[in-house]
Formats: sequence, structure tokens, C-alpha cells
Amino acid sequence: MSATVEHADSSAGFLAHHFDDRAQQRQAAVIGMWAFLATEVLFFGGLFAGYSVYRFLYPEAWVEGSKHLDHVLGTINTAVLLTSSFTVVLAVRAVKRGEKDHLVRYLLTTIALASLFVVVKTYEYWVKFSHGTVPGAGFELHDLYDPSVSLNQVELFYGFYFVMTGLHAFHMVVGIVIFAVYTRLAQLGRYDENYHTPIEMIGLYWHLVDLIWVFLFPLLYLIDR
Amino acid sequence: MIDVARKERNYVDADYSVWSWFLTTDHKRVAILYLISITVFFMLGGAAAVLFRLELMTPQPDFVIPETYNKLFTLHGILMVFFYLIPSIPAVLGNFLLPLMIGAKDVAFPKLNLASWYVYMVGGVLTVAAIVFGGVDTGWTFYTPYSSTYGNSAVLLAGLGVFVVGFSSILTGINFLATIHTMRAPGLTWFRLPLFVWAHYATSLIIILGTPVVSITVLLVAVERLFGVGIFDPTLGGDPLLFQHLFWFYSHPAVYIMILPSMGVISEIIACFARKKVFGYHFIAFSSLAIALLGFLVWGHHMYVSGQSMYAGFVFSFLTMLVGVPSAIKVFNWTATLYKGQVSWTTPMMYALGFIGLFTIGGLTGLFLATLGIDVHVHDTYFVVAHFHYIMVGGASMGYLGGLHFWWPKMTGKMYPETWGRFSAIVVFVGFNLTFFPQFLLGYMGMPRRYHMYPEEFQVLNVMSTAGASIMGVGYLLPLGYLLWSLWYGKNATSNPWDARGLEWTIESPPTPHNFHEKPVVTTEVYDYDPEQPLPPPSERVVSPAESETETVQ
Ligand SMILES: [Cu+2]
Repeated sequence: MSATVEHADSSAGFLAHHFDDRAQQRQAAVIGMWAFLATEVLFFGGLFAGYSVYRFLYPEAWVEGSKHLDHVLGTINTAVLLTSSFTVVLAVRAVKRGEKDHLVRYLLTTIALASLFVVVKTYEYWVKFSHGTVPGAGFELHDLYDPSVSLNQVELFYGFYFVMTGLHAFHMVVGIVIFAVYTRLAQLGRYDENYHTPIEMIGLYWHLVDLIWVFLFPLLYLIDR
Repeated sequence: MIDVARKERNYVDADYSVWSWFLTTDHKRVAILYLISITVFFMLGGAAAVLFRLELMTPQPDFVIPETYNKLFTLHGILMVFFYLIPSIPAVLGNFLLPLMIGAKDVAFPKLNLASWYVYMVGGVLTVAAIVFGGVDTGWTFYTPYSSTYGNSAVLLAGLGVFVVGFSSILTGINFLATIHTMRAPGLTWFRLPLFVWAHYATSLIIILGTPVVSITVLLVAVERLFGVGIFDPTLGGDPLLFQHLFWFYSHPAVYIMILPSMGVISEIIACFARKKVFGYHFIAFSSLAIALLGFLVWGHHMYVSGQSMYAGFVFSFLTMLVGVPSAIKVFNWTATLYKGQVSWTTPMMYALGFIGLFTIGGLTGLFLATLGIDVHVHDTYFVVAHFHYIMVGGASMGYLGGLHFWWPKMTGKMYPETWGRFSAIVVFVGFNLTFFPQFLLGYMGMPRRYHMYPEEFQVLNVMSTAGASIMGVGYLLPLGYLLWSLWYGKNATSNPWDARGLEWTIESPPTPHNFHEKPVVTTEVYDYDPEQPLPPPSERVVSPAESETETVQ
């Protein structure tokens, strides 16, 4: 989604052939990125709409499902992700000031935090899989808080849980890969105070991924807590 | 025309290697890649239509078995909607012309543009794979729970194909939005933009905001089939109707993804061949945006009889009627543009006039269907089929063909044979009406859509429809033949054969890889036609033999 990548002219900063100047190039990237983020919002929007419908229809099942999620790990992950958004901001600030070493360091920190999030998430999935709390044939849930709740509806909750967090995690992984590429390019001196659009763009993307989690966390982990 | 200009090779001759096409980032070449692949998918979809129209010649299922019939109409719907109608004008004409019309060297993200074509092809391959692995019989609408639970055809593959091809639209939409915002030539203010550009702007907004919703919906169906995550599964308390809501939230606006670019084409053609400034320019520009906005608020008109609340039905009915306002604004303004214009009957103009007539019929019958009571009567009948074909084939497709002829000299540097062009426009128009007008009657009499057999008394109208479809098929094959012919044997077109306004006509036909030799500066208003200055006669639309000889010598 960033501006097109071509051979960098290290002295003058990078300008693709079809743009008049770097301001135009940057503006195009910014508009393109925001349009892409709008697409992402609508993409998750379909899921949020479905979630709302069923939470309204089956409130008890949603409470039951939520209570079986590990809210401590969820909270830790929220903190980790918010911190990673902060380090991205620091990376953008660093590149704008032309501080290459700081840029690389903050990008690496971001990758570390993002990976930590994915590891914790994977652990949560693993726990659910080992207990059979996965939608599909043979869905299981033990130690119900509310024995009268319909297990089918709780299964539906877990359907949303896995699809929503799964898609979110997929976006995290994509982000990590892009961060890794940009870190390498940053080490090679690709970005400086004149040319840093890609870092800003991945920052925008990362904030959106972060923001989606800020909605997912209370909607999934904190019902009736 | 200009000596300097002649020395630079055009975008086709710039490089002959295969990879120069498959790795191109030139928006014009990407447009050609799309043109070829879209034509292939269109022919596949058309072939499916021919087969099921043959089946419908007789009341009994005697040509194909019912299951095959279901697969044929599904294939026709999926290919025509997702692989032909939605991408046709934006990805072919839009890609080729947007940068030219705004005086840019390329779209904002040329590599993304090429990527969108590859994504499109992957989606296409998945869909074709679905045919190979037994076909799909759910209808292009993939309604749950049949698609998610009970259907045992290759729904997964076809669904993935639709999911993937959606991203090619999204990439195109994002590209156009950024291009129109940031890459206009100096002096090219928003209200000097050709209406083609406005139409694509509105279309891009719909693509960006609508497509992701259908993507996630189809993904949920796939996840349901694969892993048993039953979000639309009634046995878990899931609601199949949620699918319909989400699906139509995109798929109604998708109609405007198909028709708005076509309306943009029509505005260009009508202004040129009436030799007049478009009447009510601002109204046409803003009505595109109004249609884009209203389009998102009307999806419930597909669900009047799906158990949706009656009050929701009222609101959706009212909002659907509102769409008629901006649509009518366009039709009236085009008509007013024609009034006292110097109308010439060229091929593009004949398609454009055909568009206006057919779109009007399609639009008016849309109002019938928006009315709650009538819809209950004709819901899921051939009346609906006829209505949306008037919009999509009579509208979107006529605009595409009209535009293809109008800009053919620009795209290829060759003039198409005008007589054949006019003839094919008439054949398409006649064949189209013969195919679909009887379907209004059939639907009104109660023939449901998607059935392979029907009572005896419907046969006459069905035979008419099949006969019309074969005429229309010929009408579509003709341009395929003579346009290809013109590539080798057509006369060389001048840079501006129609004496049309717009930056794309100020450069050579076909353009050089970088389009403009120097950055154009716009100082005049859009559609600055001089009514006193008639359309150039056919002999002046092509380079005279003497001129072309000196060209080859050089
Ligand atoms: Cu609709």
C-alpha cells in the first residue's frame, strides 16, 4: 500500500517516475492508505455487525462464552499492542529527524512486541483447542457458569471469537513481515528525513490493527465482567 | 502531427517481449491485459447463457439435466457479474483513460495496478477450477444455508474466486481515488474534470466501501463449509438471513459499480456527437455521488419477502424510489444535451442512445420492483431477471461497447469499420429487446426464475427470448470480429478523429508510454465544443495514405 518501490536515489530521496514531486507522491500514498483503511474497517465491519446481531439475540450465551476467555492474557496483549503502536510513533519521529539508528531500534522493538502478541494469542488458541472449545463437530465447554445456557449459541460466540481474532492476527502477521522488510531497508539507509512515506504508511496500518483490537478486546473478553 | 512526437514509439511498439507485457506497469498495457481477459470470461459466461437458453426453448428438461441447468445459470451469473460487468469499464477504459484524461503519466500506484490484474486472474482461475471440479449450483447469490451447509457442489472454490477477485476491484478503486485526488494536471479543477472521471470517482468510493463487506461474507461461508463455524447455520442459532443482509449490502451497490462508469462513458459520447457542452454538468457530477451514497441504503429491497420487518420494507421501498431521482437527472440532462445538438449517428452514439432507452426501461421497472405490493407479486420471477438485464446488459454493457468504439482509435491507433459498427449496434439492440422484453411478460404472468422447466403456455415467449439471445450473441461476436480485423487492416486513426475535447485527444493515437510530452496545462472549460464546428467526415478521421507512407518511411 505504500508508494511504489523502485531503485532509491539515495542522495535525493526516492521519487517514482510518474510523479511530479515528492509532495505529490506522498499525498497519493496517504490518500491511498486511508482508502485502504476504510476498506479494512468495512471488512471487519461485516463481522462486527454479525457479532452485534447475535449478542443482542443471545446475551446469556455471549456472557458465558466471554467468561471462558482468559481476560488476564487478553489484558496483557492489549498492553503489548498499545505499546507497539507507541514504538511505531517513535519510529516515525525518528525517521523524520533522520535518526537512522533510532529508527531501526524502534522498528525492531515493534516487531518484538507484535510477535509477543502473536505468541500469547497462539497460546490462548492452543488452550481452547486442547479443551475442544472450537466450533465444529464435537464442540465442548466444561464448568458452565450458567448451566441453562444453550451450548450451540456459545459455539456461535466462539465462531465469532476465532474468526475475528484470527483475521486480526492475520493482519498482525502481515504487519510483522512488512516491518521486517522495512527494518532491513532502514538498515540499508533507504529512509531519511526527506523520504519516509513507507514508515508513516505502515504506521497508519499498524494503528488501525491496534484500534480493531481495542474494540475486539472488550467485546470478546469483558462482557459482564 | 508533431515531428518530435513521431519519433517516440507508442506504448504497444515500445517493447515486443512477452515479459514487457506481463510485468508492465503502464496503465495502458494493464488495460489491454484486462481487455483480453475480460473478453475471455465474457465469452465463457455468454456460452453458458446460450446453453441454458437452448434448454428453455421447450417446457420440458430435454437438453441438459436440471442439475446442469442450475450450474449453467450460476456460472453465467458469477462470470458476468464479478468477472465482466464489475471490472469491464473501470479496469479497461478507466485504466486506459483516467490518467490520460487528467493529464498524468500513470495511475498513482502502477505496480498495484498490475497486481490487481494478477489478483483478478487468480480469482478467475479459482472460478474456472470450480467449473472443472463439478461446477456450482447455488446461483451467483450464494444464499445460505444452501451454499454453506446443504449444497455439495464446488461452492468453496467459486466462493474463493469471488473473494479473491473482490480484492482486484479494491486495488483498482484505491488507485483511482488517489489518482484523481493527487494527479490532475495544473488548471484541471474538479469542475473541469470530464464526467467520466466523476463517475469513476463515485464508483471507486462504492468499491472501497462495499467490496470488503461481500468479501467477509463470502469468507464466512467458506469458513462455515471448511470448519463448521456456523454463523449462518440455523442449527446453531445462526441466521441465514444475515447472509442476505450482508450480501446485498454490497451487491446492490455493485449494480452502481457496473452502471456508473457506463454513465460516465455516455456523458462523453453524447457531448462529442451532439457537439455540445453537457447540459447540467454539475447535476450529472453530483448525481453520481448521490447514487453512490443512496446505493448503500437500499439493500433491503431484495428481502421484502424474506421475513424482514414490514416497517423496514417501507423504509427500503422509499429509499429505493429516491435512487430514481439522480438517475432521472442524468437521463434528462443527456436528453437536454441532445436537444438542438448536431447529432451524428456514429457507432458510439448509437450505443449511447440505446443505453438511454434501455436504461430508462430498466430504471422504471426498478420502481415497480421497489413498490412493496408489486414486488410481492413478481418477486423471484422473470420480471426481476428482465429488469436487471435491462440495467446491466442494456445499460452497463451498451456503455462498455460504446466506449470501446469511441476510444478504440485512441487505444489502438486504428479506426474500426463504421458500417459494421452501426450494424452491430442495431443487432445488439434488437436482439437484446427480443430476449428480455418477453421476460417482463413471463415474469408478470408468474414464471419463476431459475427453473429448468415451465408450463406449456409460456413457450412462445420463451422461444422469442431464446431467438433474441442468439441474435444478441451474433451482435456481440460481430465487434469481436471487426475490431480484431481492424488491428491489422483498419486505417490509421488520427490523434483526434472525432474532434473531441479532453486531454486524451491531445496526444497521439496510440499514446507513447509516458502519454504526454510535456505536462499539459488546462485553461479551458470541460466539453468546450463548438456547435458550429461539425464532426469531421470519415475521410478526415483517418490518416491519409500519403501521410501514413511518410510515416512508415521514417
Ligand atoms: Cu438492489
